[in-house]
Amino acid sequence: MATLTTLADAVADLVRDGDQVALEGFTHLIPVAAGHEIIRSGRRDLTLVRMTPDIVYDQLVGAGCARKLIFSWGGNPGVGSLHRFRDAVQHGWPVPLEIEEHSHAGMANRYVAGASGLPFAVLRGYTGTDLARVTETIKPITCPFTGEQLTAVPALNPDVTIVHAQRADRAGNVQLWGITGVQKEAVLAAKRSIVTVEEVVDELDPRPGAVVLPTWAVTAVAEVPRGAHPSYAHGYYERDNEYYRSWDAISRDRGAFDAWLKESVFG
Amino acid sequence: MSTCTADETMTVAASRALRDGTSCFVGIGLPSTAANLARRTHAPDLVLIYESGTLGAKPDRLPLSIGDGVLAETADAVVGVPEVFNYWLQPGRVDVGFLGAAQLDRFGNINTTVIGGDYHHPEVRLPGAGGAPEIAASCREVFVVVRQSTRAFVDRVDFVTSFGHGRGRGEREALGLPGAGPTLVITDLGVLRPDPETGELTLTELHPGVEVDDVRAATGWELRVSPDLDRTPEPTQQELTVLRALEEAR
Repeated sequence: MATLTTLADAVADLVRDGDQVALEGFTHLIPVAAGHEIIRSGRRDLTLVRMTPDIVYDQLVGAGCARKLIFSWGGNPGVGSLHRFRDAVQHGWPVPLEIEEHSHAGMANRYVAGASGLPFAVLRGYTGTDLARVTETIKPITCPFTGEQLTAVPALNPDVTIVHAQRADRAGNVQLWGITGVQKEAVLAAKRSIVTVEEVVDELDPRPGAVVLPTWAVTAVAEVPRGAHPSYAHGYYERDNEYYRSWDAISRDRGAFDAWLKESVFG
Repeated sequence: MSTCTADETMTVAASRALRDGTSCFVGIGLPSTAANLARRTHAPDLVLIYESGTLGAKPDRLPLSIGDGVLAETADAVVGVPEVFNYWLQPGRVDVGFLGAAQLDRFGNINTTVIGGDYHHPEVRLPGAGGAPEIAASCREVFVVVRQSTRAFVDRVDFVTSFGHGRGRGEREALGLPGAGPTLVITDLGVLRPDPETGELTLTELHPGVEVDDVRAATGWELRVSPDLDRTPEPTQQELTVLRALEEAR
């Protein structure tokens, strides 16, 4: 059964130095507040996993929490580049960042394999690309039935997955809806999981297309209103596009980023 | 001629390439703008599919990202990310993959990963692949919309993020790639198509007011020009009005 707790306690208990940590949420429901808590807790040498690193991983990378990044698209959506990520890859600042790079289809299938308890997933992907050349975790495989050449990618089984959802009930059952991305797969693939929610309610009335994560599939639930800002929570608040635009100038400059860290995360 | 920018001509030309009633896997940025313009002009039944899992999205404004709430609110169906790639894209159900590019080469290969240096020590680290490699592999055909310059249009991409025609015709078939690959490249100067024999991108259309030498000067290889070179019809007032309204409401 999931424990209802605070974000600070959940991160202190469940995220450890050197862990492989996945924060998922595809544009929608990105667990940004949890990312800030990891920065405050001073975790180091993390392997960060996320399809779209987005602003939240730009911040974790810039703060020096990560040793490695496993990802498939590292941009600021609709704006341009993630400059802390670029600085880490191009100049090793503030610490060198190893990368393991996939496509979205590959990452999604890696979570599916992890959630399914399988060692790898099979897809028609990466054919002819240089990704297959530079990424160790992309291998050819022959179909034993047809002889077709396909691609295998290994399961992702993060030590901890963190997602944000709209609601949980007091027993810790979690409900999220709208664009649901790979959150279910990422939680089920993980050894431990934290879900931050907009609100804890008495009863989860049905919502169209909702994904429900039963309390016994989740380790900890913490109520964090606006915990996905500047991304959005369908039915609660909209994406703060202006914040994404303004992040460009902050992330371009190491000094501006440090000032932002002091004020917005440690302030 | 109504005055319009080269970008507007490009977006209008790209929107016209999308046929009504077909399905289109839409990349963010220029492709999304063109696809939404098409749906508001000649192709009201164009099915827009975004990699966030929104099938048949009908946004009333341009989404800033591929996962904006307006896509989920207006979609025929919202599915998870594994499903959109495995069930919808991979089996070849989608007619057109509509992509942008940082670098594009003479055979339509796309680079959105690294420029200069080597992969581990690049001069410029770009965002990476996203959904593009499998979109380029599995859609029945691929349209690319990209501004033309010698920086973007290179003889050979520094990194093949998404496979076009490799180094020539026949390579896709040899690799077993199901889709036809890039069949159309729309730029701010004109339109290029792969040569039927060699697969090399060849200039087939010039936008209004552009000359062949302008396109040659913006191309990083010795550009071949089709003997049947066409002129892109000028954007209509209606197309421009709708496009500008979309951009303003962004």
